[in-house]
Amino acid sequence: MSDQHDLDPHGEVSVDRLRLADEYAGDSERHGAVASPDVAEYAMRLGDDALVLAQHLGDWVSRAPELEEDVALGNIALDLIGHARSLLHYAGTATERSEDDLAYFRDEPDFRNAWLFEQPNGDFAHTIARGLVASVYLVELYAVLTDSTDPTLAAIAAKSAKEVDYHRDHAIQWTLRLAGGTDESRRRMIVAIGDTWPYVEELFRDDELVERLAADGVAVLPSSLRERFDDVIADVFAEAKLELPTGRHAYIAAGGGRQGKHTEHLGPLLAEMQVLARAHPGASW
Amino acid sequence: MTSPADLSLVERELSPEEAQFNDLIEKDSRIEPRDWMPEAYRKTLIRQISQHAHSEIIGMQPESNWISRAPSLKRKAILIAKVQDEAGHGLYLYSAAQTLGISREEMMDQLLSGKAKYSSIFNYTTPTWADMGSIGWLVDGAAIANQVPLCRASYGPYGRAMVRICKEESFHQRQGFEILLELMQGTEEQRRMAQESVNRWYWPALMMFGPPDDESPNSAQSMAWKIKRFSNDELRQRFVGMLVPQAEVLGVTLPDPNLKWNEEKQAYDMSEIDWDEFHEVIAGRGPANAERMRRRREAHENGTWVREAAAAYARKQAAKQKVVA
Repeated sequence: MSDQHDLDPHGEVSVDRLRLADEYAGDSERHGAVASPDVAEYAMRLGDDALVLAQHLGDWVSRAPELEEDVALGNIALDLIGHARSLLHYAGTATERSEDDLAYFRDEPDFRNAWLFEQPNGDFAHTIARGLVASVYLVELYAVLTDSTDPTLAAIAAKSAKEVDYHRDHAIQWTLRLAGGTDESRRRMIVAIGDTWPYVEELFRDDELVERLAADGVAVLPSSLRERFDDVIADVFAEAKLELPTGRHAYIAAGGGRQGKHTEHLGPLLAEMQVLARAHPGASW
Repeated sequence: MTSPADLSLVERELSPEEAQFNDLIEKDSRIEPRDWMPEAYRKTLIRQISQHAHSEIIGMQPESNWISRAPSLKRKAILIAKVQDEAGHGLYLYSAAQTLGISREEMMDQLLSGKAKYSSIFNYTTPTWADMGSIGWLVDGAAIANQVPLCRASYGPYGRAMVRICKEESFHQRQGFEILLELMQGTEEQRRMAQESVNRWYWPALMMFGPPDDESPNSAQSMAWKIKRFSNDELRQRFVGMLVPQAEVLGVTLPDPNLKWNEEKQAYDMSEIDWDEFHEVIAGRGPANAERMRRRREAHENGTWVREAAAAYARKQAAKQKVVA
């Protein structure tokens, strides 16, 4: 343990194949880099998306349909926590707060994740549908963000891009299996797609913040990713013989997560996540 | 039970396969899946390996209990990685058992029906975060002491699976130690949390080595076959010897007032283990036996439609490829 402490000032330990220090992307670029308030807000949006989704996925570990999925969903959660840590760490430099200050000591209205990410796990089909939308969106986002003029964001995106590519592959494979498996699985997949689709549109909304940052080449305009997202989904749906939802499922949820407005799912999730840390403010773990 | 017919079996001549098997064991060589082996050896291995696999799978539960509430993102990541490793260990072990001619489904059915056992340590609950430390330090520590000798087990696939598992377990033990160390260097409340947890886990961890040697029914044959290499009591002593200096570094007290090095015996004196508790937990009356089984069954049943979908999809894809070919 001691030699690892020497290697790494954050007190990381290596986890099997994975070194958490490596998960903490953008490290070299971050030296001395302090996020501006705008950049911090943007990093917090992306970090909260990752954190909230990881928190949900962690619930599958020990409850998945087969052991291979305990491993796979755990892997995805682990990657997303890595992204969240890097992004929240960077966001925190603007206000001298740590990743854990931001994760554990902000209240619901201060969370900036989009509604998609806080939607509950549901059955396995719902988790897959949510994962499909999230990963297809994130692959496109990080591919472009890798060229950000902000070196820290660019480094985090480059690291994350490889991982979300695997998440997308996982979601697509399961979408195909569930849609093309049994009558029961197909029925469930269609319900899940219907329940998930109202949350798609919010991911691609621009606002003043991203417009300002995109003008400087720092952020990616969400609206610019929509076409590629639709293309990928169209291919997957064609192969899976699925259709985009119509009727009551075609509605668009109000959204507002980027401004701190959330569905009723986020509060309980945060209460559980934060309970121990908040019972011991100032403690180190 | 012994009938005259059984006695005649003992005296019969060894077949050439059996002689060769005995020779391989004698020379400390590995037995491989295609080699001939006595039916009892095969059965013993299936029982032991599948029980070990089940323990890994059920053992995910007491720790996954804290994934959602881990008090820092770093700890959350480490805990997920650890529980995920346990799923991986279950997978290697089920594979090793499958080489002996039993399917994963059969083993899963045996677990869910209660026919197969798993380590009773996982029937204890994890009410505090410090239990993540104690499980790593004490439970994984005891598991390592038990398992390191299994890396040399005579059955090849088992021994090789154990090499991988032991490497990962030693990390698990270190991270548990680190959780406790952090707590012991923290606030008064954190130190209390750590000591209280060690008090609860110490004795159950010592029970993991199994009953005393003179009451362990399966041990002698397993040692003769070199599946098992050291007796329960030898391993227990070795484990306590490892804990004592580590407890000093941590600053926790091991909850046994009679624990003392005995120079003459070259071993630790310790209090009598409460074997009644051990037998109660094994008999299904531990703190969480019913909950562990309920959770596993629920996950299995909720996942049935998913596994069926995957199988149906694979069949359809295979059929399509056949048509194309």
